[in-house]
Amino acid sequence: MPSRSPSPVLGALVKLGRVTLFLGRIIAQCLPSLRYPRLLVAQIYNAGARSLIIVMLCGLFVGMVLGLQGYDLLQRFGSESSLGVAAALGLVKELGPVITALLFAGRAGTSLTSEIGLMRATDQLTAMEMMAVDPVRRVVAPRFLGGIIAMPLLTAIFDVIGIFGAQLIGVGQLGVESGTFWSLMQSSVEIRDVTQGLVKSLCFGLACSLMAVYEGYHAEPTAEGVGLATTRTVVSSAVLTLILDYMLTAAFIST
Amino acid sequence: MTAPTAAEPVVEVSGVRYAIDGRRIFDNLSLQARHGEITAVLGPSGTGKTTLLRLLMGAIRPAAGRVTVFGAQVPALKRADLYALRRRVGMLFQNGALMSDLSVFENVAFPLRAHTRLPEPLLRRLVLMKLQAVGLRGAADLAPAALSGGMARRVALARAIAMDPELLIYDEPFVGLDPISLGVILRLIQSLNATLGITTIVVTHDVQEISRIAHQSYLLANGGVVAAGSPAELRAAAAPVVNQFMNGLPDGPVPFHVPAPDYREQLLGNPDA
Repeated sequence: MPSRSPSPVLGALVKLGRVTLFLGRIIAQCLPSLRYPRLLVAQIYNAGARSLIIVMLCGLFVGMVLGLQGYDLLQRFGSESSLGVAAALGLVKELGPVITALLFAGRAGTSLTSEIGLMRATDQLTAMEMMAVDPVRRVVAPRFLGGIIAMPLLTAIFDVIGIFGAQLIGVGQLGVESGTFWSLMQSSVEIRDVTQGLVKSLCFGLACSLMAVYEGYHAEPTAEGVGLATTRTVVSSAVLTLILDYMLTAAFIST
Repeated sequence: MTAPTAAEPVVEVSGVRYAIDGRRIFDNLSLQARHGEITAVLGPSGTGKTTLLRLLMGAIRPAAGRVTVFGAQVPALKRADLYALRRRVGMLFQNGALMSDLSVFENVAFPLRAHTRLPEPLLRRLVLMKLQAVGLRGAADLAPAALSGGMARRVALARAIAMDPELLIYDEPFVGLDPISLGVILRLIQSLNATLGITTIVVTHDVQEISRIAHQSYLLANGGVVAAGSPAELRAAAAPVVNQFMNGLPDGPVPFHVPAPDYREQLLGNPDA
């Protein structure tokens, strides 16, 4: 565990260093861990499929709210026909990756941390080491990779359901013309926008998965320690996601 | 690393010093486990018994002294060599440490799958043989959560012998077991040691149980070995700390009371305290 540091800034730097070193260890074990493809598939299922319901439900409601708010805003300028473009761009570039990452941290991240933390607390990780099996290769790397792969997939589903939700409200309830809703979206959303969203979701996937496995692996081996580690996962994943989001957006806009 | 012959020490610890966060655990620890024998490492809680096992397995390094297993200096081993050494050693954890997401069968198959490329039918037979040895062939498809404490420890034992180790280490194998499970584990430790011809180290504070099967015992206290010999020799030892531990006396060199201010003064002396 991190030793008590005199200042919070130093503490944060120490933790950043530890997380980076751990990332290096994981990356070194990623390729060898592919020796067990079934483990990776199981983890994509764990992180991805099990988060599906919550991601779809939230995507629908975020899209519907976007439909309401977007319509309210756009009609002030008489351009409510652009609702489809506004919703699609908002979702694909921003809301989709960010909200999916936050949901991922709460659903999949916490379960990763508590699972690995429990393995630590019940000596399963030590037992693996004693059996000459590297737990980073066997336990951590597949979960890390599974999270990175699952995140863009979840984001794509969130985007699609969100656009459907916006359409449901905009076209179905508020009377935006269906043809303009879709055709303007089609002509205005570029592949660049989609790529930016994809890059964001990959980065968030890396950050959230890394924090989840790091906190789990380094949890105090007690029930209380695992609980605290789970809380830390949610907090640090959320903060990291929003900071990264700003940095990536700034980088995309300046290029 | 060479194959040991009879009565040759498989494990040799000499002059080991170790401290955690400035707290002294071992001062000058020396002991050895001979080939084919059951060596008991006894001691009250907190004397560093588990730390000793971590030293033997190379999970931690001593500040000074030598830790030799199969003739190899454990602290000096590189990671790959350390892992090669660990494949020759089986270890039973206090609570079993079974993988909770794998069935009993897969738990026992775990080291075999990790280190060998055996064809599935052969692997299956091997695992069933190991489970038969601990009497749990019928539980192969159960999840670890469905096992009792004693059964979980027997599965862990089957897993520990899966790779046919030359050295088998038990960490507190008797804790929390009912008398029947305890008897079963005790008999298994003895029969595995005899039939497989392996070296056994049992770390425990259950003096009575281990005394029935151990060839050699070491009593740890105050950062080192305070008594060594056969269980009978240990029981006859005159040193007060040995006497207290072997006979389970509540007070003695290991005090009953945690250090505290004077009792009378704390109760009656200062009303503001």
